[in-house]
Amino acid sequence: MSFSTMLSTMAAGMLRTCAIFFLTLLGSLPLGLGIMLLRRSKNRLVSSLTRVFIAVIRGTPLMLQLLVWYFGPYYLFGASIKGWRFPAILVAFIVNYAAYFAEIYRGGVESIGVGQYEAAEVLGYSRSQTFLKIILPQVIKRILPSITNEFITLVKDTSMAFTLAYQEVFSLAKQISASQTSFMPFVIAGVFYFIANYAVAFAMERCEKALSYYN
Amino acid sequence: MILEMKNIRKSFGSLQVLRDISLCVDSGEAVSIIGPSGSGKSTLLRCATFLERVDGGEIRYLGRAACTGEGEYASTNELRELRRAFGLVFQSFNRFPHYSVLKNITEAPMLVQKRDKEEVLETAMGLLRKMGLESKRNAYPCQLSGGQQQRVAIARALCMKPDILFFDEPTSALDPELTGEVLKVIKQLAEENMTMVIVTHEMPFARAVSDRVIFMDGGVIVEQGEPEQVFGQPTQERTKQFLRNYER
Repeated sequence: MSFSTMLSTMAAGMLRTCAIFFLTLLGSLPLGLGIMLLRRSKNRLVSSLTRVFIAVIRGTPLMLQLLVWYFGPYYLFGASIKGWRFPAILVAFIVNYAAYFAEIYRGGVESIGVGQYEAAEVLGYSRSQTFLKIILPQVIKRILPSITNEFITLVKDTSMAFTLAYQEVFSLAKQISASQTSFMPFVIAGVFYFIANYAVAFAMERCEKALSYYN
Repeated sequence: MILEMKNIRKSFGSLQVLRDISLCVDSGEAVSIIGPSGSGKSTLLRCATFLERVDGGEIRYLGRAACTGEGEYASTNELRELRRAFGLVFQSFNRFPHYSVLKNITEAPMLVQKRDKEEVLETAMGLLRKMGLESKRNAYPCQLSGGQQQRVAIARALCMKPDILFFDEPTSALDPELTGEVLKVIKQLAEENMTMVIVTHEMPFARAVSDRVIFMDGGVIVEQGEPEQVFGQPTQERTKQFLRNYER
């Protein structure tokens, strides 16, 4: 197999890796916000349950969670898992990353001084207006560096979809390497992940710059 | 009567901060509250602006009750309505750092009071002109000096067209150099008969702008009256003692 054939075979895997990456962010960034709000709920039961949920998600391997989400429906309910592979991967990634994002958001929200809430209250902002207009924009600026870390970790974590035999770039690299007895697929995969993360870091730096108009 | 506070009591844990305090403010009146740290001045303002809930007593704005009896508060909606009666200027400015000067001032009137955009912008520009900050309208708070930031905060409060404006030590976070420009603005408001309650440590200023001066200590009003009386011939020993510290 020539280098260009390898590359074009692996390109499909790169697309699947990107799909996992972007769809995970699309789901987990907003879901994390919801989890953070539950975690900060004044209702003791809600906040404790959320805390337990976050502890479980953060305390068990993502690889295990992938297996549970994929095979769980069959073992628990005897349901057919045909066509469930990609959705299961997305659910596992989204839920896992949302738990981390929730805690990052919480750190950001709790770093905003009480004065901002009081100023908004006296001016008559409702609670949701205060959160969306005053607090959240400032939180996003503060947590961007931590979010960048998560994005970069996610690029590399997508390789865990390999566990469920999903044909993303890492799975393909391993297969092609075995069948062609070549080291090259690993090099291609490595370069791909590196470039992807370079792009992520670059884009996030631009975001930070865009928000640096105030401090 | 714009503000009536009667028999206000407030404790933090076992510490009683306000003991049966009453304060009424008439339309057009400028009232200064002076007193040592921990005397309850700021807490009184925070109770008046609903940032703290009282343990007992009555609060009324323009005759409408915000709180009666043993600290029973009106409904959330009624309180939201009553908040329109007052504005508050904080010691630490609490400007919104992510908004330009103009947006700091105009967002609440448009978003909360649902006022017409053109009218709000006009009002805001008028206020900025008055504050000498017209050229800073597109600047961000972090690009301004403390004195300028506090003037933005005053404009922000005034743009809501409150019936009464509270100042919680508006110059305490400022260099002496910048204090003057903020005091000048407040003085101008007093001349325009803006109804104000000012908690301050600036004695000459309190003496110059107030119609009435209140000296608080230990959670009670020790003495109150016209500035010349309170500063010139205080009747209470505690007042004399306090003012002596400022003479040096």
